[in-house]
Amino acid sequence: MSLKVTDLSCARGGLPILEGVSFALEPGQALVLRGPNGCGKTTALRTIAGLQPALAGHIDSLPDTIAYAGHADGLKATLSVTENLNFWAAIYGTRGIDHALDRMNLRQLADRAAQNLSAGQKRRLGLARLMVTGRPVWVLDEPTVSLDAASVALFADVVRGHLAAGGMALMATHIDLGLPEARVLDLGPYKARLPEPSNGFDEAFL
Amino acid sequence: MIALLTRDLRLAFRAGGGFGLGLAFFLILAVLVPLGVGPDRTTLALIAPGILWVGALLACLLSLDRIFALDYEDGSLDLLATAPVPLEGVVSIKALAHWITTGVPLVLVSPVLGLLLSLPVPAYGWLLLSLTLGTPALSVIGTFGAALTVGLKRGGLLLSLLVLPLYIPTLVFGAEVVSRGAQGLAVGTPLALLAGITAGAVALLPFASAHVIRINLR
Repeated sequence: MSLKVTDLSCARGGLPILEGVSFALEPGQALVLRGPNGCGKTTALRTIAGLQPALAGHIDSLPDTIAYAGHADGLKATLSVTENLNFWAAIYGTRGIDHALDRMNLRQLADRAAQNLSAGQKRRLGLARLMVTGRPVWVLDEPTVSLDAASVALFADVVRGHLAAGGMALMATHIDLGLPEARVLDLGPYKARLPEPSNGFDEAFL
Repeated sequence: MIALLTRDLRLAFRAGGGFGLGLAFFLILAVLVPLGVGPDRTTLALIAPGILWVGALLACLLSLDRIFALDYEDGSLDLLATAPVPLEGVVSIKALAHWITTGVPLVLVSPVLGLLLSLPVPAYGWLLLSLTLGTPALSVIGTFGAALTVGLKRGGLLLSLLVLPLYIPTLVFGAEVVSRGAQGLAVGTPLALLAGITAGAVALLPFASAHVIRINLR
């Protein structure tokens, strides 16, 4: 079981944005994607998660192994923390959300409606969702946005525990998570060259 | 799947969930029409089947844009698309939840509103039957329209324009069942066509909706 990406090209809004990205993740490994804003980190992650097709290249992983967490947490405002987590646990067919509540320090908030949580607390709930998916490959887009330092450390611990249990993590993030074992891949050099504007078609009419 | 259905129903019944929106519209329409048209029983009886069906249709239309828009905004739709449930199933469950929260209440109050509109007695059974058979098609077709416009800001107008033409056959045959029933004529043909449209829509459209959502999420 591993995630292997070979020569991946992907597009955003119809324009190629990344090309030739290759890497491989083995169980217990983490990879951090870096790069300036707009370089295609989110696009690459969405492509790997299967939300959009790749322009070229291969993504080799077993089916149903990837858990994706994007910019939005997918929480329902009028449902409580427990109801939100129970729903995702039921969708992924796993049992027990207590572990996730404890690890992300949500125990005291368990009965509160998601609309009454702070931004950081919502994010913690969104990340707790990953723990109830039971999936080995975590694909995370900016997981630490709006988290305070203590929560970032909490989250780094959770990722470390996931890796120790044979999981994998692929993250786009700008800050240092305190995960020295994570490799870093800078997406800057993989920027797709825009195709040369060809005037042949126009010239035919001139 | 059942978890998704219970979540959607729970969300609809909680504050701000939009349950009752269509129902309130249907009630208001049926109360206002006799005031506007006048109390003449023969005129009302003549237009009642059409008014009731148009009202049910517009009431369904009102709540369509909520089917996917909320899940799209908070990111749940992305997560559902990567979850181990087939998107065709998600779409069907969404349509079912819409029918339970919108279609079923409309069916249940329709006899009372029929009374307000002086609907002839023999037509009540046909009204209930035709709405029961026809409203699932309204929900499923509407879900397809909502899937087409997911991700568009203020997509409500486009949604109505896309969905209304698709609603017309259901409206025509549904109202025909009730008005023929009111006159004591045979209703077999329009009833069979109405049921056929619903069966076809329920069987085919979830696949189209799921595919459209996959494209819209790119």
